[in-house]
Amino acid sequence: MKLDDFLVTPAETARRKGPHDRIVMSSRVRLARNIDDAAFPGWAKKPERVRALDLIQPAVEDLPEMKGAFSQSMDNLTQLDRQILVERHLISREHAARSAGSGLVLNREETFCVMINEEDHLRMQALRPGLQLRQAWAAIDKLDSELETRLDYAFSPELGYLTACPTNLGTGIRVSAMLHLPGLVLAEQINAIIQSVNKLGLAVRGLYGEGTEALGNVFQVSNQMTLGESEAAIVERMEKVLAQIIEHEENSRASLLEKKPKMVFNHIGRAYGVLANAHSISSKETMNLLSLLRLGVDLEMFPGADRSLADELFISTQPAHLQKAHADKLSAEERDLLRADMLRERLQGVSRPVARLKGGLGGGLDKAAN
Amino acid sequence: MLCSSCKEKTATVHYTKIDGGQMHKVDLCEDCAKAKGVSDPTNFSLADMLLGLGAAKEVEQSSGSEVKCPKCGFTHADFKKAGRLGCAQCYQTFSEGLDSLLKTMHKGTRHVGKVPATLREARDLADQMKSLHQRLAKAIEEENFEAAALLRDEIKQLTGRQGGSVKT
Repeated sequence: MKLDDFLVTPAETARRKGPHDRIVMSSRVRLARNIDDAAFPGWAKKPERVRALDLIQPAVEDLPEMKGAFSQSMDNLTQLDRQILVERHLISREHAARSAGSGLVLNREETFCVMINEEDHLRMQALRPGLQLRQAWAAIDKLDSELETRLDYAFSPELGYLTACPTNLGTGIRVSAMLHLPGLVLAEQINAIIQSVNKLGLAVRGLYGEGTEALGNVFQVSNQMTLGESEAAIVERMEKVLAQIIEHEENSRASLLEKKPKMVFNHIGRAYGVLANAHSISSKETMNLLSLLRLGVDLEMFPGADRSLADELFISTQPAHLQKAHADKLSAEERDLLRADMLRERLQGVSRPVARLKGGLGGGLDKAAN
Repeated sequence: MLCSSCKEKTATVHYTKIDGGQMHKVDLCEDCAKAKGVSDPTNFSLADMLLGLGAAKEVEQSSGSEVKCPKCGFTHADFKKAGRLGCAQCYQTFSEGLDSLLKTMHKGTRHVGKVPATLREARDLADQMKSLHQRLAKAIEEENFEAAALLRDEIKQLTGRQGGSVKT
């Protein structure tokens, strides 16, 4: 089956609802596992990697959760398809760069995605919309328990699950959430938050994980330590920290609206203006402006518009998704034109932002803002 | 994001240093990174980049640079280059140097958490077996032969469940 036929549309993905999805875009728990009898993928020669894939892939496909799954060796996917998977956050950039000897198994609902021969033999992830770390952990725990009866894992009673990189040793777990934090960015509090989250042993990264920029005010928070702490304890700690970040973001939004409403309205109004009228726009600018559109929807400045529109455009305006919709190979400039066309068309149904000041201070603040 | 060194240019090189359990994030522009030798691979091993400064040296000093994994042929030099290990066995081969490394990057050095069910069962069985043997010895000592006979039966049953793999 072709990947295009398998994946749901960006619109459907964006409509998936979860708790706190106003701020928490998605939750993910990934486990790193290796089989005992083969060198780690980064060190194994190609024939050994292929052998490992031939052993692991059928075992994963046979899992009850993987009924009707999309299962493919990476070399059978085009460069474009791999990029699509990255833009959907289903595989890592590193995995997209791999070819023969690596594979992917993705279930029908797109709630489980297993990367085979990424940095470890197995990187299995459970994905959920909104804040659902506990549910994601329970789901991947179950899948892992089923898989361990079919494969011989590399495990040491002292060191736990053995991983290619010592930073993943032990539980092999990475619990992460993707957060939309425009309030903290506009209030210039984001760096303080990142620093205090770092102090708690959690990492804050950009949109596509390690070493990437926080485009569109989207940040990924995840645990870093994997040894010496149980999975349940890690999930619990993450939940506590996330609850705090959510509260800070809500507070920032409320206090911005109270103290600097014109600044907020100005940002959102300009974002709408550009998105709805531009004839050429880069992917980066689009993401940053869509973030403000999303904030505007949250602040009820776009009556009738749904948050999922911003989330859908977040995906469908990415380079590979744009390319996929066109037969000819597009240059970056051509993509910028087509992206602007798409945005203008989709924003036709969204009326201009309504800026309502509390307590009717409109006139006075207008002057104050200048 | 501005370069944390010159505070003028945009930072394009980002790295994290782990020092005594403390994490330091440094963001540098290309010029400052070059000046500090960060982008020069001969001065800055990937192991250091990924695992904290001095990580590669630590493993080298503790394990000796001649050590080679008997299973996969991975050497210390490979670790320095890749910042990753070669196979599961490498954790034993390079265990000495890894220990102090793990201390700096994790909460502890012993695994706490999920254990594969087969190992868990084996461990539970072994514990159970040990306790039965102790009770049996005590029963014999007290000449309580009725209890001893029951315990012996239990041990026999348990041995069957272990598939005879664990000698008692």
